[in-house]
Amino acid sequence: MTDHNSPQGIRAEAIESLLIDKGLLSAEAVDAVITTYTERVGPMNGAKLVAKAWSDPAFKADLLADATKVVNGLGFEGGQVDKLIVKECGPMDHHVVVCTLCSCYPWAVLGLPPAWYKDPEYRSRIVKEPRKVLAEMGLELSSEVRIHVWDSSAEVRYLVLPLRPEGSEALSEGELQQLVSRDSMIGVTKLPSL
Amino acid sequence: MDGIHDLGGKPGYGEVKAKPSEPVFKHRWEAKVFAMVNAAARAGAYQNTDQFRHAVERIDPEAYLQQGYYGRWLGGLETLLVEAGVLSTQEITAKAVSLGGRESDLIAARPQPKMPSVGGIPAAAVEASRPLFESGDRVRTHSQVPIGHTRLPQYARGKVGAIVERHDVWSYPDASAHGIQAPPQYLYTVAFESAELGFAENFSLYLDLFEPYLARAGSER
Repeated sequence: MTDHNSPQGIRAEAIESLLIDKGLLSAEAVDAVITTYTERVGPMNGAKLVAKAWSDPAFKADLLADATKVVNGLGFEGGQVDKLIVKECGPMDHHVVVCTLCSCYPWAVLGLPPAWYKDPEYRSRIVKEPRKVLAEMGLELSSEVRIHVWDSSAEVRYLVLPLRPEGSEALSEGELQQLVSRDSMIGVTKLPSL
Repeated sequence: MDGIHDLGGKPGYGEVKAKPSEPVFKHRWEAKVFAMVNAAARAGAYQNTDQFRHAVERIDPEAYLQQGYYGRWLGGLETLLVEAGVLSTQEITAKAVSLGGRESDLIAARPQPKMPSVGGIPAAAVEASRPLFESGDRVRTHSQVPIGHTRLPQYARGKVGAIVERHDVWSYPDASAHGIQAPPQYLYTVAFESAELGFAENFSLYLDLFEPYLARAGSER
């Protein structure tokens, strides 16, 4: 993490300094944010859900029926999961998530979103030509696979349950967790066969 | 409000620039902005996420496209702090200049002396005692150009879709973004076919839409 002197960096520092002077911001608040979102909140939490769903049919049924309840029960920090819905990919159905109006994203299970998710290229194009955009991002889907695009326009947040990789049958839940990528839970990639 | 933020389906953008890995915060100032957005809420500069989203939508359009996510948040944050009277543009600029900034730097914030007192949909929502629609119903989205904040993207305006899920009531962003007290509204997941939206590729698209955005298809006012 650099602290270069861009105009935005300077303006942020100016506002920070004024808010601290007025007693509205503590000097420690920034470090608390960094610790929370780099160490405790991230896609490893979503990967736990996915690996458990692959390993435990009853858990998967609960997750697909009411993911909000499941996530609340696990006590994940980070927010943005007041209402969470999990969409399961199948051999003939692929799900992908976007927020065209801003950058809504399920922080508690995926962490803060990557830059490309928030950029105009992805937000403008994935709702117009998803097959082409996914192919450009490295995911070639057969023409028979139906694409479902979820544009998070309200407070519902979406998590994609990717297809379990072929050849992973013998792996433990802990080993499976290591295979699950952030991008597979947004729906812009498939997990490769082992 | 039709603005730069409403990007869905807009032409002119190229390939997605995904990196294999990137830090959560590229620069420390980005984490500062995140912390200050939380602090501004605690200080009473805004009351809800809808107000914050609307402030981001109102920033300078050039800054919106060029200054990245946390640059947009910085613009929204400053907009709200100035509108709430917590800080003034002049004192922020004076402090920035004292820290090495220039008077001529583009300021993303666009505080308004007085916010419009109407939200996105002029027909203010009424109390929702029971939901008007159920799964399977065909609905058409309204086609009004919103005055203020709304969560119906432009690409889905005036389009026919099918309700696939009814959710409970939620705070209504078109009102709350403008500080207007309004009853919470039923929310629905609505499925649209890409052809209905005017897109050439064949796929299904889903939006979460508030009841006031919708009318029964075939019986529109």
